[in-house]
Amino acid sequence: MNFGLTEEQQMVQEMARNFAEKEIAPFIEEDEENHHYRREILTKMGELGLLGWSIPEEYGGNGMGWMEGVTALYEIAKVHTSWRLAISGNCWGPAMTINEWGTPEQKEKYIPGLVSGESVGSFAITEANSGSDVGSMKTFATDKGDHFVLNGSKMWISGGHTCDIGLVYAATTEGGGAKGLSCFIVDYNNTPGIERIPIHSKVGMWPAPTSELVFENAVIPKENLLGPLNKGFQICMWMLNNTRMGCATGSAALGAACLDGAVNYANERTQFGQPIGKFQMIQQQIAEMKLEDEAAKFLVYRAAWLKENKLPSQQATSIAKVFGCNCAVHGANMAMKIYGSYGYSTEYPCGRWLRDAKQFETLEGTSNIHMGIIAGIELGYQPNR
Amino acid sequence: MNIVVSLKQTFDTEAKIVLTGGKIDATGVNVVINPYDEFAIEEALKLKEKFGGEVTVVSVGGDKVEASIRTALAMGCDQGVLVNDPTLENVDEWAVAEILAKAVAQIPYDLILAGRIAVDDGSSQVAVRLADSLNLPSVSSILKLDIEGDKATVVREIDGGTETLELSIPAVLTAQKGLNEPRYPSMMGIMKAKKKELKVLTLADLGISAADVASKMSAPKFSLPTPRTAGKKMSGEPAEQAAELAKLLREEAKVI
Ligand SMILES: Cc1cc2nc3c(=O)[nH]c(=O)nc-3n(C[C@H](O)[C@H](O)[C@H](O)COP(=O)(O)OP(=O)(O)OC[C@H]3O[C@@H](n4cnc5c(N)ncnc54)[C@H](O)[C@@H]3O)c2cc1C
Repeated sequence: MNFGLTEEQQMVQEMARNFAEKEIAPFIEEDEENHHYRREILTKMGELGLLGWSIPEEYGGNGMGWMEGVTALYEIAKVHTSWRLAISGNCWGPAMTINEWGTPEQKEKYIPGLVSGESVGSFAITEANSGSDVGSMKTFATDKGDHFVLNGSKMWISGGHTCDIGLVYAATTEGGGAKGLSCFIVDYNNTPGIERIPIHSKVGMWPAPTSELVFENAVIPKENLLGPLNKGFQICMWMLNNTRMGCATGSAALGAACLDGAVNYANERTQFGQPIGKFQMIQQQIAEMKLEDEAAKFLVYRAAWLKENKLPSQQATSIAKVFGCNCAVHGANMAMKIYGSYGYSTEYPCGRWLRDAKQFETLEGTSNIHMGIIAGIELGYQPNR
Repeated sequence: MNIVVSLKQTFDTEAKIVLTGGKIDATGVNVVINPYDEFAIEEALKLKEKFGGEVTVVSVGGDKVEASIRTALAMGCDQGVLVNDPTLENVDEWAVAEILAKAVAQIPYDLILAGRIAVDDGSSQVAVRLADSLNLPSVSSILKLDIEGDKATVVREIDGGTETLELSIPAVLTAQKGLNEPRYPSMMGIMKAKKKELKVLTLADLGISAADVASKMSAPKFSLPTPRTAGKKMSGEPAEQAAELAKLLREEAKVI
């Protein structure tokens, strides 16, 4: 067993930390305030290879895998949670899924752009009336011989109106439920019949665009079906087992940001003639945050290690995700308390941390859903994939 | 065009300096490439992109310095040389320059670049001494560099302005902030760096003995800056306060 990072992993960590501090941190306040998505950050990430994890080098992959990918995402998300989505939305979502399930033509056509940052990616599963119950989705793709026609709508899609290429899951068999779903590669810039509506009402994640998508007789070429017909549910679960690492890692990183902030503040703020860190009750809060921070990080690395070694990782991923999001929400809550009234001011980051932390309890499987997976595997009701 | 970049590993600029037993304690301190040396690396890589050739990074230091050289290789430099010898614990600038000169002499070069200052001891001596030892012209604190044939045109910072100079190369030039914006090592660069050569040499490999480079200067003592004390608050009428302030500035602070 080895708990250390290799020389390359340390370089990845240092590079990602520097990148986040120089290219992302200076814009946080401005972009939060204006709900502004800065695409050029994703482009730069692509150019530097930060979107090319576990992708074959012939398609532009960076030659590194899960351990390095989570290391980089952690550093980026620690500076600004919203930017973890660039890695999930481009690499671990569409690029990796196309690489696993796609034809050579699909891989050649779509992966290089997603990895280089030339294209922005997304994946669309959720609908207004179909969240946790993925099999209940209503968006339908009708087979018209040489093409499919897509009708329906999707909700809460990250990058929905800013992406170029996305995976869209839709029913292809009437009444088929989970066994009647398929996955499609959609070229948003060149497909008429898609309306993309930005959602501006999110509680947090302001610089990360989220959208509603409406498909009205959108023509999807036959060759854009990803994987076998009616295997969409399987592909979706395979994909989520990867993209969920973005949530697990991002939430652990957010917890770490809260801890760092709280420690600095507790050392600087004095009351009753001493730094507030000297008070036992503050120490209790810091210790609780530290316990969760360490545990969350190691759970992330363990899940990543299982994936890197192609071992069953579904339960470990759910554990890391649930624990990470508890760590983030609790950490943000603690940080706000430790910062006192300044914590409640928008001039300090506590509010953003708390708003951003809350996303993790819902997206890519709510905490209830993940607890169900963890227990289901533990009780032997479902295999650990 | 072959370029040598001399690199020093320094403490992270945000590192907290702690003295243990009168010496600077490096335990747990994050180390980085001296920020000014990053400008030198970037300039070398830009010249390489323009003219071809190879960039070699040379450093004197301990095992940890390998990580910084590896980062330079990940940025795009071609090979690294580290002079790492157990006798080199506390060497002065003269000794480092002499050792660098010996190491550089083994490498074909058309230009030597370095940072204008190391952010740790701030001596600004090594590069200039290196030029002297190699009998090369040198310009410090450059903000702009153009090369044409064997002629370099440089703009350097001078008091209150800039100065443009022409000189022949090979030469030693030191980089000032503003020369360029250093690139990040890309992930692909990090993977490639693994396979690039990093030669570790001892003094014996350079044909010199510890006595040849015995330091001419030593630092017997380090001390931390005196911590800032709490400010003084004046009271009374404005005129009284002004008089009191003037008195304190004259008698206590001794600045007027
Ligand atoms: C910021 C943001 C970004 C998002 N990005 C994307 C995206 O890119 N692509 C995409 O497809 N979706 C995205 N989503 C949607 C997200 O994945 C869904 O919100 C999530 O799957 C939950 O679905 P729901 O909101 O409909 O909740 P519901 O499924 O309606 O759940 C409501 C409540 O019921 C509970 N519940 C439901 N079923 C069970 C059960 N079986 N057992 C116990 N409790 C249960 C849930 O835990 C929850 O508390 C995003 C959401 C947000 C907030």
